[in-house]
Amino acid sequence: MHIPDGFLNTATSAATWVASAGGVGYAAQRVTRTLRERQVPLMGVTGAFIFAAQMMNFTVAGGTSGHLLGGALAAILLGPWAASLVLTCVLVVQALIFQDGGLLALGANIFNMAIVGVWVGWLVYSGLRRLLGEKTWATFLSGFAAAWLSVVVAALACSVELGLSGTAAWGVVLPAMGGVHALIGIGEGLITTAVLSFLRVTRPDLLALREIKRVEGAQ
Amino acid sequence: MNALKRYWWLLGLLLAVIVALFSPLASPHPDGLERVAEDQGFIERAEEAPYQVIPDYVFPGIGSEALATILAGIVGTLIVFGLGYGLALVLRRGEREGISKG
Repeated sequence: MHIPDGFLNTATSAATWVASAGGVGYAAQRVTRTLRERQVPLMGVTGAFIFAAQMMNFTVAGGTSGHLLGGALAAILLGPWAASLVLTCVLVVQALIFQDGGLLALGANIFNMAIVGVWVGWLVYSGLRRLLGEKTWATFLSGFAAAWLSVVVAALACSVELGLSGTAAWGVVLPAMGGVHALIGIGEGLITTAVLSFLRVTRPDLLALREIKRVEGAQ
Repeated sequence: MNALKRYWWLLGLLLAVIVALFSPLASPHPDGLERVAEDQGFIERAEEAPYQVIPDYVFPGIGSEALATILAGIVGTLIVFGLGYGLALVLRRGEREGISKG
């Protein structure tokens, strides 16, 4: 879902740059107050895994592929503030070194994936976990739902930017992007759930309900 | 803190590098946005990047495309790891200084 340069008009690029700079700057402030020492390497590892996983495109339907975005996964592991920073690191490296996603469009890509994707993932996951509790299936179900919805809503945000830029007609681009990402979101949900089951075995402390309450308490 | 918990991050990084090793097997099809852009005829609006370092996740100057992709993947994975780790370190240091000053 990395927007190249040329798809967005100047106003939309500028607006999303401002929103992303504000959002990421504020996230950095929050992280300064809430980050624990053991989360320092975890920020690096989460970013590294998401970068590698984003290279692994999987086929969803005839001639179309998708890949993990990782916003929900990062939010589950690190809370929303640190997750926004990690996704921003991934997107900045992809744009500057790998020419994946435009430079002018980087603000929009950060907005869609590092802010919208992360926050939708976080709100769905933390909300469902509070409702469903500590059970293993509750972790997986919440993680799957968070991952799926984060991809679909990020795709809709991308469509709105394309519509605002006059690049595509609203009535066509919204259902097209929503539809294909409803499929890609299933892959996102499966990969997220697979990582959660690995964590459930090796680092169950990261998935405890008290972690969600700790992050929310710090807000 | 037991050993698994202490060195868990190394296991995580190793896992990320292993995922990067499989990157040549990734689906070559256009992604969701590219597909929609092709179908709706705005894909040609995409502009070339003003400069190129490792374009399309293929490390330049290597004969085998699979090897070049793997190398690009490992390089990127390690850069993002360093950036995330470094950023977290810097932000935590800021917090400690803030506490000692306050």
